[in-house]
Amino acid sequence: MNAFDWVAQILGILVALLAAPLFLGWVNQCRAWLQNKSAPPLLQPYRGIRKLFYKDAVIASNASQFFRLAPYVVFGTMVTAAAIIPSVATRLPFTRAADAIALVGLFATARVFVSLAAMDVGTAFGTLGARREMMIGFLAEPALLMVIFVASLISATTALPAISELLATQSLALYPSLAFTAVAFTMVLLAENARIPVDNPATHLELTMIHEAMLLEYSARHLALMEWAAALKLFNYVCIGLAMFLPWGLATSQEPFALTVALLLLGGKLVLAGAGIALIETVSAKLRVFRAPEFLATAFLFAVLGLLVRLLLGA
Amino acid sequence: MEALPFDLQVLNALAALLLLLSFAMLSQRRIVTLVDLLAVQGALLCIATILLAWRTGATHLYLSATLTLTLKVIFLPWLLHRLIRRLGVYWDTEPLFNTTGTMLIGVLVVVFSFGLAQPIAALASTATRNAIGIAVAVVLIAFMTMITRRKAMSQVVGFLSMENGLFFGAMSATYGMPMIVELGVALDVLVAMLVLGVFFFQIREQFDSLDLKHLESLKEDQ
Amino acid sequence: MIQALSSPLTLCLLLLTAWGIIGLAGLIRPSSVAFAGRTLFPLGAACGAALAFVAATSLATPGEQMVLPIGLPDLPVHVRLDGLSSAFLVLLGAAATGISIFAAGYFRRGEGTPPGLLCLQYHLFLASMGFVLVADDAYGFMLAWETMALSSYFLVTTQHRIPEIRSAGFLYLLIAHVGAIAILLSFGVMQGGSWRFTFDAMRSAQLEPGWAAIAFLLALFGFGAKAGIVPMHVWLPEAHPAAPSPVSALMSGVMLKTALYGLLRVTFDLLGEPAWWWGLVPLALGLFTALYGVIFAAAQTDMKRLLAYSSIENIGIIIAGVGLAIVFAGSGMPTAASLAMIAVLYHALNHAFMKSLLFLGTGAVLHATGERNLGRLGGLIHRMPWVAWLTLIGALAIAGLPPLNGFVSEWLLLQSFLFADELPRAFVNMLLPLGAALLVLAAALAGYVMVKFFGVIFLGQPREATLRSAHDAGVVERIGLAWLALGCVLLGLLPMQIIPLLSRVIQPLGFSGLVLDDGSWWLLVPLPQRHVSYAPLVFLAVILAVVLLTIAAVRFFYHQRVRVGAPWDCGFGRLNSRMQDTAEGFGQPIRHLFNPFFAMIRELPSPFDAAPRYRVVIGDRIWRGLYLPLGALVRRVASAVAWLQQGRIATYLLYSFVTLVTLLALML
Repeated sequence: MNAFDWVAQILGILVALLAAPLFLGWVNQCRAWLQNKSAPPLLQPYRGIRKLFYKDAVIASNASQFFRLAPYVVFGTMVTAAAIIPSVATRLPFTRAADAIALVGLFATARVFVSLAAMDVGTAFGTLGARREMMIGFLAEPALLMVIFVASLISATTALPAISELLATQSLALYPSLAFTAVAFTMVLLAENARIPVDNPATHLELTMIHEAMLLEYSARHLALMEWAAALKLFNYVCIGLAMFLPWGLATSQEPFALTVALLLLGGKLVLAGAGIALIETVSAKLRVFRAPEFLATAFLFAVLGLLVRLLLGA
Repeated sequence: MEALPFDLQVLNALAALLLLLSFAMLSQRRIVTLVDLLAVQGALLCIATILLAWRTGATHLYLSATLTLTLKVIFLPWLLHRLIRRLGVYWDTEPLFNTTGTMLIGVLVVVFSFGLAQPIAALASTATRNAIGIAVAVVLIAFMTMITRRKAMSQVVGFLSMENGLFFGAMSATYGMPMIVELGVALDVLVAMLVLGVFFFQIREQFDSLDLKHLESLKEDQ
Repeated sequence: MIQALSSPLTLCLLLLTAWGIIGLAGLIRPSSVAFAGRTLFPLGAACGAALAFVAATSLATPGEQMVLPIGLPDLPVHVRLDGLSSAFLVLLGAAATGISIFAAGYFRRGEGTPPGLLCLQYHLFLASMGFVLVADDAYGFMLAWETMALSSYFLVTTQHRIPEIRSAGFLYLLIAHVGAIAILLSFGVMQGGSWRFTFDAMRSAQLEPGWAAIAFLLALFGFGAKAGIVPMHVWLPEAHPAAPSPVSALMSGVMLKTALYGLLRVTFDLLGEPAWWWGLVPLALGLFTALYGVIFAAAQTDMKRLLAYSSIENIGIIIAGVGLAIVFAGSGMPTAASLAMIAVLYHALNHAFMKSLLFLGTGAVLHATGERNLGRLGGLIHRMPWVAWLTLIGALAIAGLPPLNGFVSEWLLLQSFLFADELPRAFVNMLLPLGAALLVLAAALAGYVMVKFFGVIFLGQPREATLRSAHDAGVVERIGLAWLALGCVLLGLLPMQIIPLLSRVIQPLGFSGLVLDDGSWWLLVPLPQRHVSYAPLVFLAVILAVVLLTIAAVRFFYHQRVRVGAPWDCGFGRLNSRMQDTAEGFGQPIRHLFNPFFAMIRELPSPFDAAPRYRVVIGDRIWRGLYLPLGALVRRVASAVAWLQQGRIATYLLYSFVTLVTLLALML
């Protein structure tokens, strides 16, 4: 580990921090275009965050210290995940700190903190959001594990950098198992990030929402951190997906040239991924809450089919 | 890891898609979509047959591909669509079991058939022998589709999907059945379809519905 | 002499005896809370810490045997200390330290059994658990095992004036004894015709595969009854809420692990090499138990019942791991088997800390509020910050969240599940991944349960006015809680220091152990060939760094103004604490999704009801489907036999006479 590795690592974190709201802005913009609306500017999420940081925080009278601590912890968790996921380079100092399963655990930590914070004020909406969020979580995790299982069957490891390096370097082949798991992963991504078939990020109707219901009591800097963390979570999930299913172009060394190429490629992939998410969100309708288990069961099914096909056909 | 030849990769992918389609049919409640899925399944089979014919040089497989195309992709779906329109059955009623549970049992069925097919696959000498497991799974899941439905129409679709599975199994185990058997089966399916079509009208005339639960009242002791 | 005294085994025996003496000392002043609390319990805690320390130093020793000249003539008690015993003694000692410290401040006057007697039962319980772990023959083992069952029975029925508690105790004793019979039979099979009941004789006995399997299944049944494997789990949710909290903590955190110890001892040590298919039984049972336990935990409204079901879940995970280890070991996959086995021991250790912590937390809440019902708690983080924050650590740990300890063992177990594709067994290799999915489902549901547990008790608004006068736990109790919380944190952060020790523990049991990539002290690389790694310290460090940096940045760049306002009420204006989600409400998605598991009675109020009442009772299908018919059967058989009881002395004398004559005739 030399100094340059650490510089690259810190640069990677900064890129994730700055790119996450931009990516969210891009998804929103695509969605608006697809729905024939005039799109908000690309930088709107930044403006929102900046505005929130300047405001006075309003805190409910019966909130505890936990309520004020949670946004920082959630934000910290997401930044940690961003430092670990090989979004640009596979051999940074922190990329070995967690394999895919530990990353899932890290996301679970963030989820539990958000849910507990939502319960802290003690209103009906908060608890309702918390229990729905936890429900989506426990349904999504088995599906996500199956996705990791398939990747691990193909590359004999659950470490994301090793998976990406292996898949990026071996000869091109049709992997129906990987295709199935990619579908499963996309479904989990949508569910975990409160995107449309499961939750609607644009709604503020209390009874139907999940994520927004939990943030109802937050304001100002705390809300800004929560929103930023949500953007980072989406960014992180997309980067995990890219590392598993589209790993080409990731830098395997810390040469400035390789890093630059990887960074540009990452930008390109993200543009496509964002458009894809917006497209899925446009063509699908939001499900009732109790349809969400069926949605995630389908994701689980896709992943299991991928696993079984892999075991039987070796493909 | 050594890479398979590209055509085998495509065949494997087709096999995987067939399996996926079976699950789609298992969960689908719109009969119109069910028929469309059946047509897609036929089309995948057709492509697989052509690929296999090209790979092995067995000319009779081209013939059976043509048969598949005309019968399973074009004629039968057309016939079924017509029946649906004339009978007015677009939806199956609520399935007998909850969908998620059925799917999970379906996964266990796949595990069972994959395990079952492993010794058979060891005996076969074809390049596609691994797909036998998928064929068995397709047959069994089609069977499940028939079990979990109430409407006669969806049961017929399940039956046809089962036949597709058998066909695929024969193809991957021994590069297709002898032509004469294949023709016979095709004829059987065709005749069965026509007879069933007549039956549908009879059943509906009798009970004003295609729901098979009415047949339960035909029991002797009631 | 000095040398003999300083051997770890002797020291352990002395410490266990010391526990017994401390217990007896309680009888000197049986009704003095101060004497038991201020003197004896702290002494017991010191013994526990010393025991953990001594056992920790002997983790790697090859095993040390001794014959104690006590017991019946010609039947001396054999004791032995090896890696496995030491590992469980560490668990016992370390958990008992925290629990005893807490108990020192916990027991008050006027709660059923007088404190001195309670002290005797408590320390006898501890000592008997210790003797179970070091016993080296069937007699000694069963003697300690039964002492453990009896002393814990009396502890469960501390408040014996309440009928429910008496019946809970009875159920516990009944199932404990059914289990004990199975264990006894298992020992009977394992002596293999030599009729010698030392463990050494059993190790050298050559059993036919069929008999070995029978011995294994009997042991699984017997120890499973103590551990709470479904369907023998029914006593746990009854006994745990009935017992005082430190006792619940001991039972759940430590006693269940002695059952695990027994199972491991029989399977891997006494029976030698288990066949691979044996593992399928504990694997399937364990996974089912895990799911069953956690689903019921999510539906509970009594906080101690909730934790009892959560213990069932964790035992399920552990037993599934044992099954996995057997399957892999029997199929010639030493690395995978070792990984699963280490995960089992690690999880047992973790569970001892986190579950004790949570039970003690509920004890503190119970003392402060007198409530066990989640529906009457809430908002306690304001009144009891110490208990709340320390319990939070336990809750996060048991929810399996990194960087705390519950995650480490679950991660290791999942890693061993990932070896499924190398397993040369048809069907099983494809079903194992689905088993892993079940495990993850159970672990994720545990997160749900813990959010409910912590959120409903400590967060939100107080649901009852009386909660506003709740007080935090005393200093002594806080130390006990903090000790256990520290254990959770350290076990979570330092797996690279602990796994090599556990690896050495399992080597004498026929496992190859793991060779860690010892390149660094902060990165856990259990399987160098698979490149998987986990670094909890990095997690903690980066999260902490980001949190501090963010706080500093917010301070530096922006103002810190905070206004306090009322929570958002949609303009309704009359929001009150009754409108929060109840525990029932939080369990609703679970009841909806896993409906077939529950036998549910629900009373919904009609819209025109002037005083609407909602009631839901969650019943256990296994209780109704298995135990009630079984009970009815026993009753029928008993009433059929009852005609023997004539009430006339002459008839009874006739029975004796006939028996005597028959026996004499048989002798000839």
